[in-house]
Amino acid sequence: MATISIDGKHYEVEDGSNVLEAVLGLGLDLPYFCWHPALGSVGSCRQCALLQFQNADDDRGRIVMGCMTQVTDGMLLSLSDSRAKAFRADVIEALMTNHPHDCPVCAEGGECHLQDMTVMSGHRDRRYNGLKNTHVNQDLGPLIHHEMNRCIACYRCVRYYQDYAGGTDLAALGSHDHVYFGRHEDGTLESEFAGNLVEVCPTGVFTDKSLVHDYTRKWDLQSAPSICTACGVGCNTIPGERYGRLKRIHNRYHHEVNGYFLCDRGRFGGGWVNSERRLRQAGAQMSDGCFAPLTQEQAVQRLQTLCGADSKLWGIGSPRASLESNWMLRSLVGDEHYCPGFGPEQDALRAVMTALTEGGVATATLPEIEAADLVIIVGEDITQSAPRIALALRQSVRNLGLEQAANLGVQHWQDAAVRNIAQNTRSPLVEWVSASTRLADVATKTLTLAPTDIARMGFALAAALDEGAGVDGLTADQTTHVVQLASRVLGAKRPLIVSGCSSHDASVVYAAQALAAAVARRHAATRVVYTVPECNSVGVGLLKGTHKDLADVVAAAEAGHIDTLVVLENDLYRRMKKEWVTRLAAAVPNIVVLDALETSTCDAAQLVLPVASFTEAEGTLVNAEGRAQRFYPVVSDVGERLPGWQWLRLAAVGRANRSDLETLMHLDQVLEAIAAEQPQLDGIRAAAPDASYRDRVGLKAARQPHRYSGRTAMYADKTLHEPKTPVDEDAPLSFSMEGESHALPSALRSFVWDPGWNSNQSLHKFQAEIGGALKGGSAGIRLIEPKGQPAPGAYSVPAAFEPPLSGWYLTAQYRIFGSEEMSAHAPGILAVSAGPTLILSADDALQLALAADDGVTLITADGSVDCEVTVDPALPKGTVGFVVGHAHLLDLRAGETVSLEKKPGLMRRSEVIASDGVRVYG
Amino acid sequence: MTDLDVIPTLSPEEIAEIEHEVALIPRRDSAAIDALMIVQRHRGWVSDSSLKAIAALLEMSPEELDGIATFYNLIYRQPVGEQVILFCDSVSCWLRNGDGVKEKLSELLGIDYGQTTADGRYTLIPVPCLGACDRAPVMMVGDDLHTHLDDCDLASLLTCEANHD
Ligand code: SF4
Ligand code: SF4
Ligand code: FES
Ligand code: FES
Repeated sequence: MATISIDGKHYEVEDGSNVLEAVLGLGLDLPYFCWHPALGSVGSCRQCALLQFQNADDDRGRIVMGCMTQVTDGMLLSLSDSRAKAFRADVIEALMTNHPHDCPVCAEGGECHLQDMTVMSGHRDRRYNGLKNTHVNQDLGPLIHHEMNRCIACYRCVRYYQDYAGGTDLAALGSHDHVYFGRHEDGTLESEFAGNLVEVCPTGVFTDKSLVHDYTRKWDLQSAPSICTACGVGCNTIPGERYGRLKRIHNRYHHEVNGYFLCDRGRFGGGWVNSERRLRQAGAQMSDGCFAPLTQEQAVQRLQTLCGADSKLWGIGSPRASLESNWMLRSLVGDEHYCPGFGPEQDALRAVMTALTEGGVATATLPEIEAADLVIIVGEDITQSAPRIALALRQSVRNLGLEQAANLGVQHWQDAAVRNIAQNTRSPLVEWVSASTRLADVATKTLTLAPTDIARMGFALAAALDEGAGVDGLTADQTTHVVQLASRVLGAKRPLIVSGCSSHDASVVYAAQALAAAVARRHAATRVVYTVPECNSVGVGLLKGTHKDLADVVAAAEAGHIDTLVVLENDLYRRMKKEWVTRLAAAVPNIVVLDALETSTCDAAQLVLPVASFTEAEGTLVNAEGRAQRFYPVVSDVGERLPGWQWLRLAAVGRANRSDLETLMHLDQVLEAIAAEQPQLDGIRAAAPDASYRDRVGLKAARQPHRYSGRTAMYADKTLHEPKTPVDEDAPLSFSMEGESHALPSALRSFVWDPGWNSNQSLHKFQAEIGGALKGGSAGIRLIEPKGQPAPGAYSVPAAFEPPLSGWYLTAQYRIFGSEEMSAHAPGILAVSAGPTLILSADDALQLALAADDGVTLITADGSVDCEVTVDPALPKGTVGFVVGHAHLLDLRAGETVSLEKKPGLMRRSEVIASDGVRVYG
Repeated sequence: MTDLDVIPTLSPEEIAEIEHEVALIPRRDSAAIDALMIVQRHRGWVSDSSLKAIAALLEMSPEELDGIATFYNLIYRQPVGEQVILFCDSVSCWLRNGDGVKEKLSELLGIDYGQTTADGRYTLIPVPCLGACDRAPVMMVGDDLHTHLDDCDLASLLTCEANHD
């Protein structure tokens, strides 16, 4: 610690940090632009100027930049000296000379760091009378809006985009007064993390396009703490609502999960909740196949009849539904009649659950991923399957360079200096994957192998570290690689093994667990990351009981054991082959589907019930690291929809043995019941405060900012009466601006705001330490902590991959845009998703006379499907990849052998974008 | 994203010269400025398609290369006249009536800074100091430095330059 004096007062601050960080950390105000807690300092904007004095006798002092000046013990500083203030006022005046002063029509207005800093620096009257520079804006694609005139040239965007996120298609163009931040020509930004520009840019240059087109100011947004439902990482988010519509999703800082950033699927993928395909009302299927609308009351009656006392009831849950809903379904039907509803990833997922709970190696938190000094990726294109993790891995490769800088006495926050010292130096990151990846640019080595060969590499390295018997039949290159990597592992301090479900092959996960165990025996600091495909895969996986597989459900149905099947938030066509769904539907007299969106499964249902989405309900999700996290409704008027567990609770009324369920009226009661029954889930109650939470003056936490306007006028088109504040009995939050918004537990923070700090930059007011944990504690709770010694698990080495004699071996390939079911219905995501893609090696493409975008017919044992070709020169011989989750490719399975035929007539994607933006394939 | 198919937009001579520069340094993208200058020497300016080709050759993105290209005033991203006139608008030249000479020059050519004469002969660009302050005011026409400029001799100077080639 160091003692510094600011304006005559003494403070204790962290040694080695910079003055700006220290000042902000003390809760004092000092304006800044180019510094960002995740990007460090470059000293380019000159806004954070303050005065430093040589010694007590020095009364002149000198101007220094806070962000570039290292804290030293005994330092004498002044923020409030008139010379420092005048300097800062001059800087902002200069930065503002070209600014169009268009705040009223700017989407950043009201949450703009530039507005805040302009006011803070005391620049009020414009003196510059010259002409302003104007720029032509670019079309940067469907997600991000560009308005260059508002730029103050702080360079944060390019530093984030290029240096932090590894993007190459956004640059600072031009120089001096003409500098321009954009692409070299119009076009969609390529980085999967481009959306963070919206929050990184301190002005209105980069804004959220969907928000721009359906606009509400931050102060008029009703928000609530939420969790991204688009993958298993479980990033913390803040959805903003007005008029019952989701307007945008912002990052919600969580030190250990997502820090300052989201991926674009998470940021822009929530739009499905506004979709036309949302189920708004219950419906009963009539003889003509159409659905007759039912009121909520009628629907409940129908439901209770179908689930009556003597009905043989089964249920299929869902890894995308909350823990509460899954548990309620399981309780309703009994655990031996409950199926978690996993899809083709099931075997791999089970392996992940074993590795997590019995592997004995801790899962890395976000800071631990970023701190790793050796990364081995076992079978994951992590940018596609768990995007936020990939962004963290991009930081991990900097560690060697940071170490070199530290050896030269350069602090890690001296961003330009560190990067200059590091040049291309990178910590080792090795990928064993089944196709080219988006991390290859920072990988030391990318080996593309068939999944079983990936598993063999894992076992071989594990054996090399344990000095056990190796794996037979590796190629000479593979053997050398293993030997070299083994010595690197020994030299590492914080190794990280990354694997997961994406190859749909359990042997890959077994190998990763064995490898992690072998590495962990060498280094106690070893960490793992396992990806899972959905937001609650692990939560459902943690539910204990004799659960059934989908195949068991079909068998039971065909044996006549099922009268009514309740399908909870699950489109069965995404889980099993069409033929099986058809068989199931034919064998079950009554199917009840509960879902938020209309899916194909609804067509097979006698009764369809509309379920509240993540913006309309409260619930708990368990992410891939086993962290239980709560999400809260942000919309108060949910119409006829109910959370899944509420429908199911009502269904229990007539069930003689489970009528107790009906008494679980509130979420907290459900949580109690889950915890009582499933001790391994006991922690979920502590994931967030319960509904009895009250602040210092006895109020719940506010969902609306103090300046929320139009409360009494907003719905004047419907009623002239002043609406009552909607009541939310289940949540510790109120649909009101009354209530605490400052000293809150982190799990209840609906927005960040502090006097003078309207933008998200006010976050530092809520952090215990800049870039560190929040003052309100860590939201959520980890349910899985490693116990016992590192355990290698199922140690069975698969045989080496043999290309099929005729045909190709199918491998599963995830895509950040399109593979996930719900986000694929968000307009922005739809627009950037690829069509039904088949990935071919360059050799195969040549042989089949196929080029990128050509049509190809893929023939399996069950039928055929038309795809568009993508060529990947690195694809292992004998394999072809298919995009998981694409609506046309749901019947394909990893590991199947398929044949291919050129399809001359297929229209290309560019030719078939229909006028409504929906793609049609002929 | 880099598209390798565009490389052949460059001539074999250009590629050979660029590869020569690349061979002298540890990273391909470090040859960016040299490569831009080489192409400009051959073509007078760097078009969008040349830019993409150079970027592909140097294994960098067009944005990264364009960031460099547009940083330098003397790399032309728009077509220029046969001769580029770099007129010093810095302080020594200004003290010695640089402004007056510039006005006269503009009048003679019928163009202002940043413009090209209708016949495509000249492009006029300001330059901050040519390092010949002792002989101010100065300008360069193509590769030739002209010193001690005076409004009177501008016309003959341009005729002379014109006959030069
Ligand atoms: S666009 Fe935004 S982030 Fe980029 S330099 Fe301009 S103000 Fe800064
Ligand atoms: S999709 Fe996954 S990585 Fe992306 S924001 Fe959502 S949880 Fe995070
Ligand atoms: S924040 Fe310190 S110079 Fe920009
Ligand atoms: S000022 Fe003109 S040459 Fe230096």
